[in-house]
Amino acid sequence: MISLAGRDILHSWGKFVFTGFGLGLLIGVTLTMAGVYRGMIDDAQVLLDNSGADLWIVQQDTQGPYAESSSIYDDIWRRVASYPGVAEAASVTYFTMQVRLGTRDVRALVTGIVTGEFGAPGWPRFLIAGRQITRDHYEAIADIASGLQLGDVIQIRRNHYTVVGLTRRMVSSGGDPMIFIPLKDAQEAQFLKDNDAIIEQRRRTEASPVYNRPSVPGLLDAVIRTQSTNPTVNAVLIRMKPGFDSSLIAEQISRWNRLQVFDRAGMEAILTGKLIATSAKQIGMFLVILAIVSAAIVAFIIYTLTLGKIREIAVLKLIGTRNSTIAGMILQQAIGLGLIGFAVGKISATFWAPIFPKYILLTPMDALYGLIAVMLICALASILAIRAALRVDPAEAIGG
Amino acid sequence: MTHGIRIEHLSKRYGSGDTAVDALKNVNMAVAPGEVVGLIGPSGSGKSTLLKCLGAVIKPTTGKMILGDEVIFDNDWKIKDLRALRRDKIGFVFQAPYLIPFLDVTDNIALLPMLAGVPNKEARARAHELLNALDVAPRARAMPAQLSGGEQQRVAIARGLINRPPVILADEPTAPLDSTRALAVIRILNDMAQRYQTAIIVVTHDEKIIPTFKRIYHIRDGVTFEEAGEGRAIT
Repeated sequence: MISLAGRDILHSWGKFVFTGFGLGLLIGVTLTMAGVYRGMIDDAQVLLDNSGADLWIVQQDTQGPYAESSSIYDDIWRRVASYPGVAEAASVTYFTMQVRLGTRDVRALVTGIVTGEFGAPGWPRFLIAGRQITRDHYEAIADIASGLQLGDVIQIRRNHYTVVGLTRRMVSSGGDPMIFIPLKDAQEAQFLKDNDAIIEQRRRTEASPVYNRPSVPGLLDAVIRTQSTNPTVNAVLIRMKPGFDSSLIAEQISRWNRLQVFDRAGMEAILTGKLIATSAKQIGMFLVILAIVSAAIVAFIIYTLTLGKIREIAVLKLIGTRNSTIAGMILQQAIGLGLIGFAVGKISATFWAPIFPKYILLTPMDALYGLIAVMLICALASILAIRAALRVDPAEAIGG
Repeated sequence: MTHGIRIEHLSKRYGSGDTAVDALKNVNMAVAPGEVVGLIGPSGSGKSTLLKCLGAVIKPTTGKMILGDEVIFDNDWKIKDLRALRRDKIGFVFQAPYLIPFLDVTDNIALLPMLAGVPNKEARARAHELLNALDVAPRARAMPAQLSGGEQQRVAIARGLINRPPVILADEPTAPLDSTRALAVIRILNDMAQRYQTAIIVVTHDEKIIPTFKRIYHIRDGVTFEEAGEGRAIT
């Protein structure tokens, strides 16, 4: 038996291809939306992977350092480094800001890392160009997504930093490129006040009889010194020795130091389950709407194509064609349209995904699920047309 | 006498009660194998209703229909699968050819046996035999849109004949054709009726072809009566 659907598609291939192309662009958008979601998940996992940490120590009762602000003293790493099972511990700071390069600026997650300890937790794990930070001040490593190049001089707050290394796929959970600078600079930058504010604060301190007491020489200077330095960081990252139970160490650190400690699973749950939960729901809504719109379009197209063949369908029924053959023809056309649309959509999404500013991850499994969904949608969408075709009276083929 | 098709006391009533309409009233008709008869009547006389009853498309109210030696209707259908009956035992030729636009000439004709489960190769061989008989073999691979009106109608006749049905119902097959082509179509129908021993009923208004029938059934207000035709030879 010949394929009636196949012959019809071949006969009106232009109509099918152009319709499939339009549908394909819609499917491409749908696949891209799924890719945006996967990209967000991947960004979150990459952030955790790149930190090189097994445990994150943050301020008590917070979910820092990525989802909430966290502030802990910068000497805590010394205390926890002595715990059995702890291989390395390092302080880090994270803050998102507009980093200026000449007249333009770029949004980035500025990360403060301890200098002098190559490969410590928080350090960029690999570079694609340049070198690691070797000085305690004014050097930076930037992700290539920031658009920065080796030798660029960027401005963070009042200070200027020379880009000495470049990384790839070092991004925040929001997809912003990371820029690594020495921890001391980062601490200063994070809490640095402008000059006027510093002068105003000194004036207020000097005017306060509580701090400016002639009977206690040196008190005023000490207070001013504490006000102009920042002894806090956002988190301490811990890398465990192999064979040690990280949850046990986490529990001990948490109990004795009154700090919050997250292991990898806990931090992943915060990043993927909470930080991007709203965005994920938003994308989910878009996917549902796009699926409905796609179904409506396929249904309309197939219904219109079927109505255009009512007379032929009446003839087919009159000469003895089974209903299942006619239904199969319409279903196969809908599926064919879906296949053309999916091919166009997949190719389109693959081509335009790299152009998007944020990372879009198109996975083969998502493509497979997308294909199955398109096939199901097309099958459902053809029901209306099949019903119309099956209602055609074969007597319509005979005049009168 | 063996008949291609015979109907006895056939009636068809649409609706019921005060609004009931008797479209066919006690119709009797018999067409022998190899015979071509005309069915003539004004609009609304019941021609199409009779054709639909003969074509097993609508159910008559009462009466009897015998196709070959098989009773297919006797106050009720005696055949369960009317679709298969239409496919295997009744050929249709319409006013417009209604060829399937996305199938070429050969497959338009071969589709019927294919639907009946005949292998594609065999179905196409049968189609080619008919195309040769109808003198349209050179257009075997053409699409319907590439054919002239006369060629399309010949292909439609071939489609009606492909399953060698005992009866062909032709609904104004010459309406869109000029007189030369119309007469050519009637000649072909006569030839095919003789060659395949098929009973052919031609519903027509066409004055040009009416004199070619040897027997004519007139229908008026749902009642048929038979008369001898001129049986004029087609040159």
